[in-house]
Amino acid sequence: MSKKQIVILGGGTGGTMTANRLRRRFDADDADVHVVDRDDRHVYQPGLLFVPFGLAALDDIVRPRQRQLRNGVTFHQGEVAWVELERNEVVLLDGTVLPYDVLVVASGVRLQPDETEGLTEPGWNERVFTFYDPAGAEGLRLALEHFDGGRLVVNLVDMPIKCPVAPLEFAFLADWHLRERGIRARTELVYATPLDAAFTKPIASQHLGSLLGEKEIELVTEFNTGEVDGIGGALTSYDGRVLDFDLLVTVPLHGGAAFVERTLGLADALGFVSTDKSTLQSTVKPNVFALGDATDLPTSKAGSVTHFEAEVLTENVARYFVDAELECGFDGHANCFIETGFHKALLIDFNYETEPLPGHFPTAFGLPLLRESRLNHLGKLAFQWVYWHALLPGREIPGIGPAMPTAGKRQTSFTPEEGAVR
Amino acid sequence: MTTTLIADPLVDVDAEGFLTNPEQWNEQIAEAIAADNGVAELTDRHWLVVRFMRDRYLRTGNAPSIRALGKESGVPVKELYELFPKGPAKLAAKIGGIPKPKGCI
Repeated sequence: MSKKQIVILGGGTGGTMTANRLRRRFDADDADVHVVDRDDRHVYQPGLLFVPFGLAALDDIVRPRQRQLRNGVTFHQGEVAWVELERNEVVLLDGTVLPYDVLVVASGVRLQPDETEGLTEPGWNERVFTFYDPAGAEGLRLALEHFDGGRLVVNLVDMPIKCPVAPLEFAFLADWHLRERGIRARTELVYATPLDAAFTKPIASQHLGSLLGEKEIELVTEFNTGEVDGIGGALTSYDGRVLDFDLLVTVPLHGGAAFVERTLGLADALGFVSTDKSTLQSTVKPNVFALGDATDLPTSKAGSVTHFEAEVLTENVARYFVDAELECGFDGHANCFIETGFHKALLIDFNYETEPLPGHFPTAFGLPLLRESRLNHLGKLAFQWVYWHALLPGREIPGIGPAMPTAGKRQTSFTPEEGAVR
Repeated sequence: MTTTLIADPLVDVDAEGFLTNPEQWNEQIAEAIAADNGVAELTDRHWLVVRFMRDRYLRTGNAPSIRALGKESGVPVKELYELFPKGPAKLAAKIGGIPKPKGCI
C-alpha cells in the first residue's frame, strides 16, 4: 500500500495508546502516525481523586505527553480548529493543515461549568470546587485543609460524566478523611445525584447505596441542579429543592471538545462523536474512528473502557486499510476500582449487556467484585504503574482483554422497581 | 408486561406505565397519561416537546436525555421542568407513548 497518514486528535489515554499500538502495527514505510494535542501535559486522571486529600501530588500524576509516545510518532502541539471531513484534513488554529487517510478522534471531554447557572460566579474555586481538573483538585485540597465542619455537599450536575463512580469515591474518601481529622461528627455529608439511585446500574447501586448509608452519607436522588449560589451556599434543583452547603464539590456538565462541535455533522447535541458501538468506526465517515470519552457510546467514560477500545480500534484501522470487514470486537467492557476509604476498595466489571455483578475478577480466583477489600485498594494503587508502563505503551496485560470475562461472576436476582435507570 | 386501559383501546405498558408498543399511541392516550401524571392540560408547548421526543425516538431508536432535549428542542431546561415537573424527559416520553429513556452510564 502507499504510505498512509494516520492523524490522532488527542494525546491522552486513548490517543496515546492508539498511537503506540498503531506505530507497532505498521512499518515506518507504510504509515506515519501523528498525534495532536494543545498541551504537553498528560494527566493520570484517576489520580485526581486523591489530590484533594493530599494522597497524591500533581507532580506525581502529570507527565509530558510526548514522552509517552513511541519513537516514530510525530507530536504536534496546537489547538484543532476543525476537521474538513470532505477533504480529509485537520485544520489547526495556527493554520497548519494535516491531511489524513485515517482520523482517530480521541479528544476526550470538556468540562462545562459555565453551562450551569451561577456555578462559575463568585464562590467558584472558593467554596465551590471540582476535582475533575488539576487546578480544581489542588484548590479543593487547600479548601479541605481549612474545612472545620459544616455541610459538605458532593454533587454531579448531569450524566454523562467521566468515571461515573468518582464522585461516590470522593464522598467515601471525604468521610474517611474527616473521621481521621476528628471532625466527621460536626460535618453533614450529602451526596446529590440526578440519578434515581447511588449509581447507574441496579445491582451496583444497591451495594453502593448501602455503603453510603453505613458511612452516614445522606443520599439525595433525582436532584437536577438548576442553579448554584456560591456566596450564599445554596444548590437549587430545577424542581425547586434547595441544598445548603458550606463546601460544594461538584462535577460539572461534560461535553465534547470544542473542535468536535465546530465540525459539522461529526457529533451529537452534546458534542460526542457518533460512533459504532462495536467497531469504533464513526457513523459519519468510514475513515474516521473514535474512542474513549469522546464517543457517544452507551458505556462508561473511563480509562479501562478506552484501553479495551484501543485494541479493537487498532485492528479495525488495519482492516480498513486493506478493505477487510471490520471486527465487531468491542462489547462495552468497563472495569473500575471504587475507593471506599480506610485502605479498601471495591471492583466492578461490566459491559453493554451485563451489569456489575458480585463474584471475582477475572476468574473465580481473582479480585473480589462488588465487595470492599484491601486487595482491591492495592490494585488501584498499583494501577498507576501499570498505566504508565503497560497501558499507554500498548502492551498486552495477561488475562485482561477487551471482552468481559464471565468466569468468576455470580448472577443475582434483582427487583426492577429499584432500578437506577433514569 | 401488562395491558391496561388508559383511554379506549387496551395498550401494552411496562411496570412503570410506559407504552411498550409506540404504535398503540394516540392523542387521547397521551392526554389520559398526562392527566394521570399530574399534567392537567397539554398546551401547545407540551405537545411540541412530546412530539419532539416521540419523533426522535421513532427515527433514532433512542429518546434524548433532558440535557439533549433542552439543546435540541429549543425549549430551555427550566421551562421543561415547568411543563413536566420532576422528570421532563421521562414524563414526556411516557406521554408520548415511547419507552422510558435509557439513562446515561
